[in-house]
Amino acid sequence: MSDAVARATWPRRLGRSRNVVTGALIVTLVVLGALFAGAVSTHNPRRLDPANRLKPPSAQNYLGTDEFGRDVWSLVVHGSQVSLIVGATTMALTSLGGIVVGLVAGYYRRLDIVLMRVMDGLMAFPAILLAIALMAARGSGVGNVIFALSVVYTPRTAMLIRSTVLSIRELDYVLAARALGRRDLAIAFRHILPNCIGPLLVQGSFIFAYAILAEAILGFLGVGVPPYVPSWGNVIASGKNVIREAFWVSLFPGLALTLSGLGLNLLGDGLRDTLDPRLRVP
Amino acid sequence: MTAYLIRRILALVPVLAVVVSVAFLLIHLIPGDPVSVMLGPDATPAQIEAARQALGLDRPLPEQLLKFYARVLRGDLGRSYFLDRPVTQALLERAEPTLVLTLSALLVAIVIGVPSGIVAAAQPGSLWDRTLMLAALLGVCVPGFWLSLNFIYLFAVRLGWLPAAGYASIFVDPVAALRYMVLPAVSLGFSQSALIARISRSCMLEALQQDYIRTARAKGLSHATVTWVHAFRNALVPVVTVIGITMAILIGGAVVTEIVFNIPGLGRLIISAVLRRDYPVVQGVILVTATAYVLINLGVDMLYVFIDPRIRYE
Repeated sequence: MSDAVARATWPRRLGRSRNVVTGALIVTLVVLGALFAGAVSTHNPRRLDPANRLKPPSAQNYLGTDEFGRDVWSLVVHGSQVSLIVGATTMALTSLGGIVVGLVAGYYRRLDIVLMRVMDGLMAFPAILLAIALMAARGSGVGNVIFALSVVYTPRTAMLIRSTVLSIRELDYVLAARALGRRDLAIAFRHILPNCIGPLLVQGSFIFAYAILAEAILGFLGVGVPPYVPSWGNVIASGKNVIREAFWVSLFPGLALTLSGLGLNLLGDGLRDTLDPRLRVP
Repeated sequence: MTAYLIRRILALVPVLAVVVSVAFLLIHLIPGDPVSVMLGPDATPAQIEAARQALGLDRPLPEQLLKFYARVLRGDLGRSYFLDRPVTQALLERAEPTLVLTLSALLVAIVIGVPSGIVAAAQPGSLWDRTLMLAALLGVCVPGFWLSLNFIYLFAVRLGWLPAAGYASIFVDPVAALRYMVLPAVSLGFSQSALIARISRSCMLEALQQDYIRTARAKGLSHATVTWVHAFRNALVPVVTVIGITMAILIGGAVVTEIVFNIPGLGRLIISAVLRRDYPVVQGVILVTATAYVLINLGVDMLYVFIDPRIRYE
């Protein structure tokens, strides 16, 4: 009975958190924009229109046009697709990789030493530099950006899962399961993994935010998705060249980037406060 | 202390070994044949074969890795074909701007972050507290590279107060160096100051709730003494830890900031190396920055002893 009560209160507790609600609203807005990009945008974001280059915001072009005459509003709306695909896939892959590495490391002490040294080594690189180096090897493209960012951010999740596993594996109910003859794998998935879901959700929303930002940085540096693909980083990069004449080209995709980051950070903060009150920042 | 230091340095060995291995494996992540990718489409088969042998790519993988370790230990990071000089020399030539930028940004982050956190913690829930923490939340979310573009537009293009881009060495022309460095350092340091402010605030709040603070107040010590001498020093350890972590983000952020402000540092070196497929330089930059970061954090750990005399590392 108490279990049912606890379950019923979860949505309500999340609903009471102002951070979670505001964050979820912002994220939903961005997701809707990406899903219905075709309907929301007013122009084809890839169509070049040199006659209309660097036009300031107007009734025809809500957010103006860039140096090739592309409509900035349509670029921003379509750019959210790349950001969300990279963010969501990176979050999924780092969670998966983190679960596998974290469970193995937390469970098999001998592998733990090796795995954790490898994770330490990967985390010794400044994140964006390792991503740049991996992009240098693999070449530009959405798939390679996802690969690079997953390699960069998996160690953090793996460390988190490992420490959760270590704190749970000695608890009485896990010992009881082992005494009853449960196998390691069954214990890991049935008894330990469910306890990792809370921390994973919190970490996931932050990794989502990092990945979106990192994707934009890679695009801005010219080593992310190819320049002809509408992405926030690419548009900001093209705005950099015309900042003297047309500040709007870099301003609006940056605002979209900031807004998405804000939404995901609020969501992460709120989830952390709700799911794990011990970690609450006063 | 000495024993602890030695143990800490020994613990760095496996981490650095992984760092070197990752840099080594980079070449093998290149799809297809790395040599033809590096030399471009115009290379003849003979040139490709010669380069393959020169790079040792025709040898078995473990042997290549061992040779790479041996080379790195000797301080030989290879040669850049494009720059026509050893990679170590190219790194040394470009290190100064990155170092100056990173340290200036760190200074900005600390000077803005720590006092903001302390002021916010002094009266939790006050208007000051809420305003500063809202600014800090926004600061964490605002991408530094986009902030720098807006700064350029505002302070260089519109107001004309500061140069939009460029670099001058502080050893050659200190005044020009300062003018060039203000915008990059502030835009790089700002988002880190937000992080530092949030941590400083929560650590100060925790410290201010301790019994010894009440004792100090009861003794009749002034508000300033209680805040700065009693609470601040005890809140400092986690803040210093965050500053250590901040360094990694600053080094990474410096790369992007250098591109925006056209600063000839390691960031511009690695980006042009990526575009030219100059892999020895890419390997060199990530090796050097990762090693620097590891050593900085060793230094931060050592700092704890001076901040908190209870930590002795016996």
